[in-house]
Amino acid sequence: MRILVDLNKCQLYAQCCFLAPDVFKLEGEEVLVYHPAPDETMRERVLRAAAACPVLAIVVEPVGADSSP
Amino acid sequence: MSAPCDVVIVGASLAGLRAAEALREGGYAGRLTLVGDEPHAPYDRPPLSKQVLSGWVRPQETFLPRLHPIAGAWRLGVAASGLDTAAQRVDLADGTALDYDRLIIATGTRARPWPVEAEAGLGGMHLLRTLDHAAALTAALEAKPSRVLVVGAGFTGSEVASACRDRGIEVTVVEQGSTPLAAVLGPVVGGHAAILQRRAGVDLRCGVSVTSLFGDVQGRVRGARLSDGNVVEADVVVACLGAVRNTEWLAGSGVQAGPAGVPCDAACRALSADGAPTDDIFVCGDVSHFHHPLAGERRIALEHWGNAINQARVAAANLLRPGSATNATALPAFWSMQFGANFKSVGLPSHGEQVMIVQGALETGRFVAAYGRGGRIVGAIAVNQAQWLPFYEQQILAGAAFPPDWRVVDQPQGATPQPAGFPGATPGAAYAGA
Ligand SMILES: Cc1cc2nc3c(=O)[nH]c(=O)nc-3n(C[C@H](O)[C@H](O)[C@H](O)COP(=O)(O)OP(=O)(O)OC[C@H]3O[C@@H](n4cnc5c(N)ncnc54)[C@H](O)[C@@H]3O)c2cc1C
Ligand code: SF4
Repeated sequence: MRILVDLNKCQLYAQCCFLAPDVFKLEGEEVLVYHPAPDETMRERVLRAAAACPVLAIVVEPVGADSSP
Repeated sequence: MSAPCDVVIVGASLAGLRAAEALREGGYAGRLTLVGDEPHAPYDRPPLSKQVLSGWVRPQETFLPRLHPIAGAWRLGVAASGLDTAAQRVDLADGTALDYDRLIIATGTRARPWPVEAEAGLGGMHLLRTLDHAAALTAALEAKPSRVLVVGAGFTGSEVASACRDRGIEVTVVEQGSTPLAAVLGPVVGGHAAILQRRAGVDLRCGVSVTSLFGDVQGRVRGARLSDGNVVEADVVVACLGAVRNTEWLAGSGVQAGPAGVPCDAACRALSADGAPTDDIFVCGDVSHFHHPLAGERRIALEHWGNAINQARVAAANLLRPGSATNATALPAFWSMQFGANFKSVGLPSHGEQVMIVQGALETGRFVAAYGRGGRIVGAIAVNQAQWLPFYEQQILAGAAFPPDWRVVDQPQGATPQPAGFPGATPGAAYAGA
């Protein structure tokens, strides 16, 4: 699956890191790193993280999205 | 003018993709063609110098999530080579051509190449702008080089150095300015960036430039001679010299374009030779050159992720409904991560005449620096203080006074404005800039 975090919006609340620790990680005090292509089996957790993000910074590509070319 | 029914977008990266999606979301049902000279589907560049170089994410795992069906034709791996605005036709490098009734220019920038051609061709020389660059550089780092030399300590160069240290690789950074990031944030915040680099074990040389590179008989780079007479031995060299705008294909087309980019108005409309906005050609992303109220009379270029997305939306909206959107209200913003620190910026720090630490302290590594010009705050940079940035965004939008008269927590005692110290830089210049 494909995701991204709008890091202009992200305010390092780190909710996502608790809900999907394999995908979102806090490094140092305030550095959020994320995996842009998590395994499909993570979808549910990633969606929960996206819903929990207070600033809605996490974007998740919907299932069956147009991925042409 | 008749309703659009044949849209061509040149440049199939962040701005081009988001413009295409915004067109469909806005109800556009006509033909849509995306032209991109890279062979890849649109991917995200910020991870390339961060998660990809660190080894966590593979280069081909950076493809951008799709937010809306595009139902378009893709012409990837072929460059647009010319534009005829009278005939409304884009010529492609493979000899074919595309007719349009609306055109979106989103050709972005490329990495500035190493200026000496013979040296640029040495094995072990790298640039970082594309997925292919990132794949090549990651492979070079995985081969455990004895030392990496990074030339240019803008954001990209600093992030490359940070990734090298994360991997335990020795790295020398050569920067001709007085500190890293001096061109974008000035030497005061740049001084903090220098401390971060040295604390992480970077051999940082500022106020110095590379005069030549040397290689071995196999044609592999072996090191560099510096302007101070020193020699640095390195088996990997990464040139992070900033960006060149991809405007050559527009030469002689009738729309204004040049080394500074493609000028456009607040509706993202390209300008014809006489300076009047066109009504069928739009510009978005890194290639654009535009007026922002914060910058006054000067045009600015913003090589920032957020600007590409904003302008893509504005261009698409105005293409479908002329006059329906403006780029003038969005404040520039960007982020960078390096050496365990999160840099977040809003407004135009590089437009500041003065800078002042308004929260926290440089020594603690957690602070906000505000930039002022003409008695107003024009920009702010937060280091490990992301949650404060929206407050400064409001201050900038409100045209609040500088030096500030507001009260916030953690305000340093006796702080005073200092000269911002920009070396005559273009406001908002180069994300990658050195
Ligand atoms: C390593 C790296 C790290 C970054 N990190 C950050 C960050 O942390 N924060 C931030 O705010 N910004 C960051 N940026 C900047 C951000 O990625 C850019 O602002 C963004 O990519 C701009 O998108 P764009 O679509 O306008 O241009 P580009 O991404 O440059 O895309 C333009 C596309 O057009 C293609 N093209 C060019 N000429 C032609 C032609 N004649 N015909 C057809 N196609 C053509 C190009 O090959 C390219 O694919 C980073 C950039 C890089 C390179
Ligand atoms: S929950 Fe949202 S704001 Fe918090 S760290 Fe994750 S992405 Fe950022």
